[in-house]
Amino acid sequence: MNQGSAVGENTQDSENIDLLQGGTRMIVNVPKPDAELLDTLGEYKVKRAFIVGCGGCPVGCDSGGQERIDQITDLLSKNGITVTGTSLIDFLCNKALVGSKLVYHLEKLKKTEGVLVVSCGIGVQATADMIDIPTFPANDTLSSQGMQGLWPSSERCAGCGTCYLALTGGICPITSCSKSLINGMCGGQHDGKCEVENDRDCGWYQIYERLKSLGKLDNLKKMASLRDFRKMDVSDRLRSTTRWALEKEVMYEASMESPKKEEEA
Amino acid sequence: MSKLQESLQAGKFTITGEVGPPKGVDLHHCMDEEVSYIKDRVVAINVTDNQSSVMRICSLSICALLAQKGLEPILQITCRDRNRLGIQGDILGGYVQGIRNILALTGDHNTAGDHPGSKPVFDLDSVSLLQAMNSLKSGKDLAGNDLEGVPDELFCGAIVTPGADPIEMQLIKMERKIEAGAQFFQTQAIYNPKVFEEFMNKASKFKVPVLCGVVIIKSAGMANYMNNFVPGVQVPEEMIKELKEAPKEDRAKRSVELMADFIQKVRPMCQGLHIMAMGWEKYVPEMLDMCDL
Repeated sequence: MNQGSAVGENTQDSENIDLLQGGTRMIVNVPKPDAELLDTLGEYKVKRAFIVGCGGCPVGCDSGGQERIDQITDLLSKNGITVTGTSLIDFLCNKALVGSKLVYHLEKLKKTEGVLVVSCGIGVQATADMIDIPTFPANDTLSSQGMQGLWPSSERCAGCGTCYLALTGGICPITSCSKSLINGMCGGQHDGKCEVENDRDCGWYQIYERLKSLGKLDNLKKMASLRDFRKMDVSDRLRSTTRWALEKEVMYEASMESPKKEEEA
Repeated sequence: MSKLQESLQAGKFTITGEVGPPKGVDLHHCMDEEVSYIKDRVVAINVTDNQSSVMRICSLSICALLAQKGLEPILQITCRDRNRLGIQGDILGGYVQGIRNILALTGDHNTAGDHPGSKPVFDLDSVSLLQAMNSLKSGKDLAGNDLEGVPDELFCGAIVTPGADPIEMQLIKMERKIEAGAQFFQTQAIYNPKVFEEFMNKASKFKVPVLCGVVIIKSAGMANYMNNFVPGVQVPEEMIKELKEAPKEDRAKRSVELMADFIQKVRPMCQGLHIMAMGWEKYVPEMLDMCDL
């Protein structure tokens, strides 16, 4: 049966997860397939893109950092999209930092129709909130089971493994909707608020407003209809990081070396 | 084919009613009173599914009892309490007990009801629930597995709120529900014929039958409550004023007259009515008499 086509049909995700289970890396996020990135940019008719990368967790999971920025730059260039600039920011979950760093790129950003963000869902949402340019996730975030970045503002990422932010104007339906609905607003929205609490914003109302201002309400017809909850439950192997592996190695080496040094002394 | 589907396909002005299962196992009020007042005036009866997130007898059981009595039920299914396994199982389970009509809803959040700390499921939502039904109808479950015996007579409905703001979002979702397999719509309560007309002007292009939602306003207090707490429902001030001014002994009569007047106005715009009497079932025949329905 037809479950929509744009997002959520990313079978490569599960393959990525399976592949990486053989390694020792924690995968906070995995790269979205090249074809999906190009489709998204094509959909928004992006000819000039800017790339923002996070220097935190994605570097630790080998799915971000300068290397991935370069790889995407290369991919876009080969496909006729000009990269107007890139910026690697320490932690994209720190929204104030994102704002203060992007200020230096204002001229380049002004010439840009879309911003690709290499980070977890929080970084994408934080970036989307700081600029008025359509913002797209370059990665899918896998569940880190409670870990929410280092300096998050109100943005949250549930690590659903199927990042929807390209379709929803950079506002997460999983964490901003009390029912985590992916097919649009329910009947409980009241003056832009959620039925659960009067002072809680309705996530879908915000998504609606954002898409309307971007002229992209049609995106609401492209959402996938079913979630794969397996992506929310990562194996034990995926919980440790390359950094931790590295640190363990360093500690091990240090412990092997220190007695020697004492002897020499 | 269900009687409801038959009636709508024949282009008849079709009326459905609604009952809420009791909290507890005493069926007297639900079956002997609510159902008996309306059963001869409606084609089919909705049975709510833990309405307002308050735990009650399940909709499926009451629907099965109605079917046993030769009445036609509409099984309401919300996505709050069961995942895709539970829901698909219930659809098949209802089918073998004679239940053909199903109304798909996302469902109120758990915090609205009497078990506010319970786990919200929402594995499916109104759109994916319709897709599930459509899939079952074509002989496969949501995971693509073949069924032994196909529930091909399922008649799938959904809801729409004509007074919702923003209405654009509501219409997009309505369209998605139709794409997912919705064959009829019942609307949230509406009181302003003009608002309903504007909605129908936009929705009639979908060519899917719409049954206009009718909730009899019992008092000015109830009207105010609805205006403040029920999203997408707006009782006009004139109506509230009329109810306030009516002498207490005439109030029920006046309420029914006001609703009959509304029904007459919207009747040419839609394919039928969905009457949610909420305890005032006994006034339904009188109201429909006034409209010659």
